[in-house]
Amino acid sequence: MTQLIIIGCYLALLLLLGIFSSTLFKGTSKDYMLASHSIGPFLLLMSIFGTTMTAFALVGSTGKAFVDGVGVYGLLASSSGIIHSLCFFVLGVKVWKYGKKYGYKTQIQYFRDRLESDKIGVILFPVLVGLVIPYLLIGVMASGTVINKVTAGRVVEGKVVGATFEEGTFPKFLEYAKNPDKPELPASFASGSTGGFPKHIASLVICAIVLIYVFFGGMRGTAWANTFQTILFMVLGIVTFYMIAMKLGGKSTLYESICAASASIPKDKLMRTHIAQSKFLTYMFVPLSVGMFPHLFQHWLTAKSANSFKLPVVAHPLFIMIVWVPCVLIGAWATGGLIQIPPHIAANENSILPFLVGKLTGPVLGGFLTAGILAAIMSSLDSQFLCLGTMFTTDIYIHYKEKGSVSDKQEIFVARSFIIAIVAITYIFSLFEPRSVFTLGVWSFSGFASLFPLIFAALYWKGLTKAGAYACVIAASVSWIYLFAASGFAKDEEYAMQLGAYEVMPVTMMLLASTVAMVVVSLVTPKPSAATMQKFFPEKNAA
Amino acid sequence: MKYVVWGLVLLLAILHQDFWNWENTNLLFGFMPVALFYHACISLGACATWYLATLYAWPLDDEAEIETSHVGGASK
Repeated sequence: MTQLIIIGCYLALLLLLGIFSSTLFKGTSKDYMLASHSIGPFLLLMSIFGTTMTAFALVGSTGKAFVDGVGVYGLLASSSGIIHSLCFFVLGVKVWKYGKKYGYKTQIQYFRDRLESDKIGVILFPVLVGLVIPYLLIGVMASGTVINKVTAGRVVEGKVVGATFEEGTFPKFLEYAKNPDKPELPASFASGSTGGFPKHIASLVICAIVLIYVFFGGMRGTAWANTFQTILFMVLGIVTFYMIAMKLGGKSTLYESICAASASIPKDKLMRTHIAQSKFLTYMFVPLSVGMFPHLFQHWLTAKSANSFKLPVVAHPLFIMIVWVPCVLIGAWATGGLIQIPPHIAANENSILPFLVGKLTGPVLGGFLTAGILAAIMSSLDSQFLCLGTMFTTDIYIHYKEKGSVSDKQEIFVARSFIIAIVAITYIFSLFEPRSVFTLGVWSFSGFASLFPLIFAALYWKGLTKAGAYACVIAASVSWIYLFAASGFAKDEEYAMQLGAYEVMPVTMMLLASTVAMVVVSLVTPKPSAATMQKFFPEKNAA
Repeated sequence: MKYVVWGLVLLLAILHQDFWNWENTNLLFGFMPVALFYHACISLGACATWYLATLYAWPLDDEAEIETSHVGGASK
């Protein structure tokens, strides 16, 4: 119960922050969606980093390291340090420049202008929203799992002991579940909530809290909440690492404990022999996704100046390292013999981190550390929620209304209504069979990465045409849907493709398809007008 | 210097493919798996490279020219 009270206090604090930032709200949609371009380097770093580090980075990386070992860091963390900053540098600064100059709030506004095509919005909007949903899903799923596992009891000889809630506190459908290892057995309390706060209610509460502070504070509130939460999860992450290392290693000093814990890691978890080198190489395409994340695009536009990007570009790889290295080590330590991981926890890799926090820390510290994990999850959900609303109002609702017929108040109302609708859909998806946070995240990122050629070409290639852009979006979405279905909708966690003799990530084929389609179609279709070319590719010496 | 910076980015991408560490099970300093340590160093290398990039290859040289002009912008 102590953990729940601490988590509750933390959530209340977040609400207060949202309400406080709403006192600075100027009442305009531009202020709500872009914080009036007022975000400086530090807030920009924290909000961008908080947005990109999700449940995927904490819960997902620990779980994946538990399954695959320490090679997980190289798969996505170190490559993200290179590629994310490259995207901020090569795309973010230029996007910010056009956004500031021409008043864009969303990606689609930019593409419509750049390609002289109204319909690009109609094609791109559902694709972007469709790809954000699995990304939202990992946050919604993980938040419920985290709260449930840290408040759950232990299963001893089939009985639940030390639980927060007695059996029967909640309706049966929230407390009972089947054992994934023994599906032939009937659903039981010991395989379900195990006396913890039911995960479906926990997910719902987290969605509601994020919705409220996003609604109150808009982009400014989101940037502040992100900064607060990013600092919190980084500090508490270090504390978590310290506590788990000391308890697992069981020695008198931190260094000795870490050495003991690392010595227990099985050899196969220190190697990467189970990952093909070609697959490892093509994992590097996945972080290209940040170039097309709509929520990140919106954060880029909030920057006060181009120079605000310098700190995020430099510090992002360092911050990734600070968060990922401890998580990967913890996941690998959990594979050693120093702690017994129950089969129902081992069967769901998303449970590893919350299980360790619940098992190895006391209730007070466990509550704080859980708040830290939730902070990481919520600092992404908020930006994604806000961005969905901005896209719908700006690119669809207002765009197809008569100019001047929509007030700022109506715009904000429509944005909020759309956000609630998408969150409801995501929540319904979360009620179905859970997927690995890591695998689902990689699928979502792969979809966005396959659209990377579009933003890159729009900014740097004069030859891009609107037909080429359509071809790119269609090829990316068709290949994504086909391959996602082929993987059993992320059920096959090791799904890969053969390119000749080499095993590659599905993102490789999607990226190849979207690039080839875009280039070939652009080469044979008419270019945008000279005026548009001059607008986006001005001659250096032009008057 | 701009080309040096881009060369360093390319070098990082190449060094990232550390096939020579694939089967290395050693622990550095008694606790740090080699594969993890190596890639943490890649992260630090990225940090240093991007710092150089902001000094010598910053892409926006005409910030002074940017004015908020919504003429024909934002589609609508």
